[in-house]
Amino acid sequence: MFANRTINILIPIISVLLGLLSGAVIMLVFGYNPLKGYAALWTGAFGDAYFLGETLRQVTPYILSGLAVAFALRTGLLNIGVEGQVFVGWVASVWVGVAFELPMILHLPLAVLAAALAGAFWGFIPGILKAKLGVHEVIVTIMMNYIALYLSNEIVRNVITDGKDRTDSIAPTASLASEWLAGMTFYSRLHWGLLIALFMALVMWFLLNKTTRGFELRSVGFNQHASNYAGMSVGKNIVLAMVISGAFAGLAGAMEGLGTFGYMSVKSGFTNIGFDGIAVALLGANTALGVVLAAFLFGTLKIGALNMPTVAGVPTELVEIVIALIIIFVASSYMIRWIILRFKKEGK
Amino acid sequence: MEYVIEMLNIRKEFPGIVANDNINLQVEKGEIHALLGENGAGKSTLMNVLFGLYQPEKGEIKVKGEKVKITDPNVANKLGIGMVHQHFMLVDTFTVTENIVLGSEPKKGGTVDIKKAEKEVKELSERYGLNVDPGAKIRDISVGMQQRVEILKTLYRGAEILILDEPTAVLTPQEIKELIGIMHSLVKEGKSIILITHKLKEIMEVCDRCTVIRKGEGIGTVKVADTNPTELASLMVGREVSFSTEKTPANPKETFLSIKDLFVKDVRGVNMVKGLNLEVKAGEIVGIAGIDGNGQSELIEAIAGLRKSESGSIKLHDQVITNLSPRKVTQSGVSHIPQDRHKFGLVLDFPVGENMVLQSYYQQPFSKKGVMNFKNIYKKAQELIEEYDVRTPNAYTKARALSGGNQQKAIIGREVDRSPDLIIAAQPTRGLDVGAIEFIHKKLIEERDKGRAVLLLSFELEEIMNLSDRIAVMFDGRIISEVKPEDTNEQDLGLMMAGNTPQKAGGS
Ligand SMILES: Nc1ncnc2c1ncn2[C@@H]1O[C@H](COP(=O)(O)OP(=O)(O)O)[C@@H](O)[C@H]1O
Ligand SMILES: [Mg+2]
Repeated sequence: MFANRTINILIPIISVLLGLLSGAVIMLVFGYNPLKGYAALWTGAFGDAYFLGETLRQVTPYILSGLAVAFALRTGLLNIGVEGQVFVGWVASVWVGVAFELPMILHLPLAVLAAALAGAFWGFIPGILKAKLGVHEVIVTIMMNYIALYLSNEIVRNVITDGKDRTDSIAPTASLASEWLAGMTFYSRLHWGLLIALFMALVMWFLLNKTTRGFELRSVGFNQHASNYAGMSVGKNIVLAMVISGAFAGLAGAMEGLGTFGYMSVKSGFTNIGFDGIAVALLGANTALGVVLAAFLFGTLKIGALNMPTVAGVPTELVEIVIALIIIFVASSYMIRWIILRFKKEGK
Repeated sequence: MEYVIEMLNIRKEFPGIVANDNINLQVEKGEIHALLGENGAGKSTLMNVLFGLYQPEKGEIKVKGEKVKITDPNVANKLGIGMVHQHFMLVDTFTVTENIVLGSEPKKGGTVDIKKAEKEVKELSERYGLNVDPGAKIRDISVGMQQRVEILKTLYRGAEILILDEPTAVLTPQEIKELIGIMHSLVKEGKSIILITHKLKEIMEVCDRCTVIRKGEGIGTVKVADTNPTELASLMVGREVSFSTEKTPANPKETFLSIKDLFVKDVRGVNMVKGLNLEVKAGEIVGIAGIDGNGQSELIEAIAGLRKSESGSIKLHDQVITNLSPRKVTQSGVSHIPQDRHKFGLVLDFPVGENMVLQSYYQQPFSKKGVMNFKNIYKKAQELIEEYDVRTPNAYTKARALSGGNQQKAIIGREVDRSPDLIIAAQPTRGLDVGAIEFIHKKLIEERDKGRAVLLLSFELEEIMNLSDRIAVMFDGRIISEVKPEDTNEQDLGLMMAGNTPQKAGGS
């Protein structure tokens, strides 16, 4: 009755529903009205054009960081370093944005490219260490996150500026911001980056599923021995996978640097764009389309949550709990699979 | 005659397939009863029903004449049924004794009385000639020993009826001999054994009666004394099977592969191939006979480009292929059916179709300018699936879902289809049933007759004798003698494999 594929699609959907349901129960237990809570969340995300714009703005970096994690996972690698790659991408894009005076047709692409390259380089290091020395990428990428955080702060403070805590705003020629989009959405920070993110999802799908390179990358991800036997270069593909994953993450940084904020400031901690990318990829089952949908959900929850305390008196942390629960349900997909199969049996 | 076990009219379904239907199995006390069937026939399923792991849809089970319902393995244990699974279930870091008593530990005060347990294990082991060291850690002992631990585990729990699921599949010939001894001493003590296997030789050697299953259906039970391997094989596959593959004499032509003075090290850096010389000509099958661990794997990996050669040369025609990359070796006309099909031969999580182009995906018509052409890939895959009789729901099924024999047929189809000059076939029929073995042998001979050079590596002497036109005996990293199969026998080959060279006086 259910094909395996249908089950794979059902699992995230059921997980989301269960997560929302548990959130409702938690609200009830703590004396909040769940209907009012979720209504506030809905209006907070889609209630008017401004909220919609902000939601889509939040979705943009999530798509890219989700793609970064998903791409690595599809090629057998666990890239925990997306967070750091976002940082270096953000800094690089802003740097190019403030340092040059160029016509937009050159300046914007150059700034976006700088972000991708910086992220790619940040992925290259753990990639080459794994390929050449067999060092596990998880350990290296975690450490690289901290290096990225402190290095970015150093660059902002002492290289791009003279001891300031934030850079100047980037030149308008390097900006993704759009008067038109902002005007349509009551001056939300929605920017053209959303198109870049959606385009990159397409790129990931095409690269992995339609090209010989993608075939090699997936093959190496599944079985290095067989890939080597078949004449593929295992080391080269591992490095390349990390480089591409890092480039996606770097672009997520550019979304913040060139789109949402237009500058980079000294940060005391992580942005969580990269870490949330892990959750997005997991919920999206590591597929391009899945990641886009999951990013929409996460963006909606995050932005909608901002409206909950004022309108329904529900703390925003509730949404964090719901997100965590969704992830737990997806992670325990074995359980859901089992329940689905049981229903299937009884239905027969 | 009262039966210790009676399974009557058993039917067991899995989503989409009937794994067992209409099967009857009656085991007498003190007999070794064979359960024979091809891979996927439903042998393990039937035994899992008996052991309480699966509930049958139909049929009844009687133990010592009494109707029982075996709802889980604990019930089976209480009824005196013990099972040694195809895949062992041992805790690696525990000792033999700890593994055996796990779940039914003798207690003293609140703690496990490991001394007492060790003594009991030792006694049991001696009684049946199992010869295991109760204090050894599982990870330190051989697969054969681990199997004995599994047997002891069932005995410790008081098993009267032992189910052994393909116990010989993982054993060396020597270990198989010892296992047979153990089985004999078990039945002498009044135990009954159900032995699952698809090896006819073993059945003829140790079993009293044999029940045959074909494609999930019970075919019947025969007395081993009244039958012969040919009859058993045709009962099992449902058609006539020939054992010694028909082949015309070889017609060797020019030399395709020539190896000179080759040295290869293994992973630990120890020389495993030590100055080896070998030639394979077009139109002949050269079989490498030897005891595992004499450098055969290293030799093959070196030819295939998977392992570095230290010195010496490997030539295909006039082209030196020593230390070329696997891709270059493939392109120069070598196909390789690897020993370990799961590790090397297939990407198990890829569809069968994509596995069919694992080496050629980057060439036309399977891709163009870096973009895959799945239409052409699956067209090719469909052709190969049909030609090589790969039984799979379709080309989009993951390779993992196929049985071993069909996985192997897929690999062979892929490797042979590239029209290589040299085919390296390393243990091409390991773990397969007679039907698949027959098919693969036929294909290899066909390729020989098309003028390809075939290098066969096998640890089954029968296969070497049957298939080779020339046998090269490998010992301690070198070819120590070459013989024609018609000029030797398994006895002499065995001696040569142990390092004796009967042709030359004095040996090596
Ligand atoms: N748990 C299971 N779920 C679904 N199908 C199964 C399961 N176990 C076995 N099968 C199928 O049942 C058939 C018989 O399998 P099995 O009993 O393992 O065969 P054998 O042990 O004779 O090789 C095969 O087609 C196999 O794929
Ligand atoms: Mg089995």
